[in-house]
Amino acid sequence: MSKRLTNILTPIIAVLLGILVGTIIMLASGYDPAAAYIALWNGAFGDIYYIGEVIRQFTPYILAGLAVAFAFRVGLFNIGVEGQFIVGWTAAVWVGVAFELPRIIHLPLAILAAMIAGALWAYIPGLLKARFRVHEVIVTIMMNYIALHVTNYIIRNVLASKSGDKTDLVKETASLRSELLQSMTDYSRLHWGIILAIICCFIMWFLLEKTTRGFELRAVGFNQHAAQYAGMNVNRNIILSMLISGAFAGLAGAMEGLGTFGYAAVKGGFTGVGFEGIAIALLGANTALGVFFSAILFGILKVGSLNMPLEAGVPNELVNIIIALIVFFVASSYIIRVFLERFSKKGVK
Amino acid sequence: MSLMDILMIVVPSTLLWAAPLVFTALGGIFSERSGVVNIGLEGLMVIGAFSAIVFNLTFADTFGEATPWIAVLFAMVTGALFSVLHAVASITFRADHTVSGVAINLLATGLTLFLVKLIYDKGETGIISQPFSKIDIPVLKDIPFIGKILFQNTYWTSFVAIIAAVIVWYIIYKTPFGLRLRSVGEHPMAADTMGINVTKMRYLGVIISGAFGGIGGAVYAQAITSNFSHATISGQGFMALAAMIFGKWHPLGALGAGLFFGFAQSISIIGSSLPFLKEIPSVYLLIAPYVLTILALTGFIGRADAPKAVGTHYIKGTR
Repeated sequence: MSKRLTNILTPIIAVLLGILVGTIIMLASGYDPAAAYIALWNGAFGDIYYIGEVIRQFTPYILAGLAVAFAFRVGLFNIGVEGQFIVGWTAAVWVGVAFELPRIIHLPLAILAAMIAGALWAYIPGLLKARFRVHEVIVTIMMNYIALHVTNYIIRNVLASKSGDKTDLVKETASLRSELLQSMTDYSRLHWGIILAIICCFIMWFLLEKTTRGFELRAVGFNQHAAQYAGMNVNRNIILSMLISGAFAGLAGAMEGLGTFGYAAVKGGFTGVGFEGIAIALLGANTALGVFFSAILFGILKVGSLNMPLEAGVPNELVNIIIALIVFFVASSYIIRVFLERFSKKGVK
Repeated sequence: MSLMDILMIVVPSTLLWAAPLVFTALGGIFSERSGVVNIGLEGLMVIGAFSAIVFNLTFADTFGEATPWIAVLFAMVTGALFSVLHAVASITFRADHTVSGVAINLLATGLTLFLVKLIYDKGETGIISQPFSKIDIPVLKDIPFIGKILFQNTYWTSFVAIIAAVIVWYIIYKTPFGLRLRSVGEHPMAADTMGINVTKMRYLGVIISGAFGGIGGAVYAQAITSNFSHATISGQGFMALAAMIFGKWHPLGALGAGLFFGFAQSISIIGSSLPFLKEIPSVYLLIAPYVLTILALTGFIGRADAPKAVGTHYIKGTR
């Protein structure tokens, strides 16, 4: 079996296995899987409104997935996407609320603020990795919690209106919301962000595959020592990749801050977008196109699942179980590959 | 408010918040010392908290006063069983340890909330009737000064955690099992050459960490929150991970770090009632454990070095 085919088959098998185990769990708990999946389908595609919501949902997923994938390609595991996402969200809203500017300046400024905030948040683990060889996984996890508490503090004490727990809506001039897209989808919360997300997919592909800098970044990801001997500056590339990764994550935050919600609120815990980004990147094999498709799948699952308790009486947490199982099976792809190879060898005989 | 009064509030509260962190961090040490990164501690605590609460709600009438302790044992077993998933993925299936850990965390929250809805038909469980209750430790409570601060109005679990840390230190540094566990995490090939079964040791390391994670979650849920919902375990597992690193992968270090992080957590909650701490915004206390961990890793507070082979797979026959 060709390597290419195995690479495409592995994630598909992982998804199928995830759904299979999810089905078994439903059967074991006395639910009707068929009804649950039909409810999920209806919840994602049953109405133009739901389709709008699915697109709205997977917009930040694409960007969070890109953020994780980009760092992965350079050999870094950015678990801190969640934190970068939160600071991006807060920064975007801050700019969106605080300034009075014409739209042509205000909106890009708010988006840029989110990207810079995310990039700076990722810069710290990048710098520590490059300078002190500190493992980025632990630092980014710690940065997540710092982000959560610091942004909560800022929202509560600086941004919130009159001792509330959330900010005002961002000014019209900084909003990504679109009457047009909303009216097309029966007034879902769909916004312009999806276009930015698609552009970012293209940017990631172009940057990594078509530029010298991208070649260097990938080289560092494949083998740091070889890259070093070839005269590439490994440390600079590590920091750069974290900056770009963080900028993607911050942009994902702007999608929520300027698009979906239009405000920032004090959070009791993580949003989960950053962690789903890990799942999305893994399933998409860390490529721009793969991330795009797996983000769509996750968007469908997430939005569709909300209909499961209503129509089939199945708790929507089931989808979270399936997502976790998919991550689990993608991570264990070694064993799937072993099976695939055995299978294809038998076929040859 | 005199210093004595302040200490009488702060010390028991610190011990209360530290206990789950210490247990879980000790678990993390077993796993990482054997060479398997365990980001899944958070998920293991979730499983532990869930099992303990469900057990407690179901059997409170049967076991009476002993319920929380038996629930802890039950959570220990479920935690250990759940961690087998992590072991299989990261040891046998050669999954990236961190990714597998992330999957464990996602799975634990998904599964437990699913089960809560299945069993109780609502988003969270009821309040347990037999939580760990405040006690005065007999005899020790009568020691002048210290007795009042340390041994009155406190919880048994905190002292069990401290004793556990000492036992774990003994196991890891003074027994053949501990030596083997450490050797597998430092240099698996050398260990293998000496006839140590690397796979077995790593499985044991992960499963023991699951057991401790389960205890940690059970203690947290039954001493602090008293019910189980999506927000019961919110970052304690990662804080335990931080305590393990800040304690430099050493059981007594983890104990110290756990106590300190417990102090930071409790202060951020009760601080508003204490005179001099009122002035400090609680955000500094909330982020202190995480900032300190980053500083420790960076080497500003004495360098923390992970076991050499942590995060790698041992494949027989490769060099």
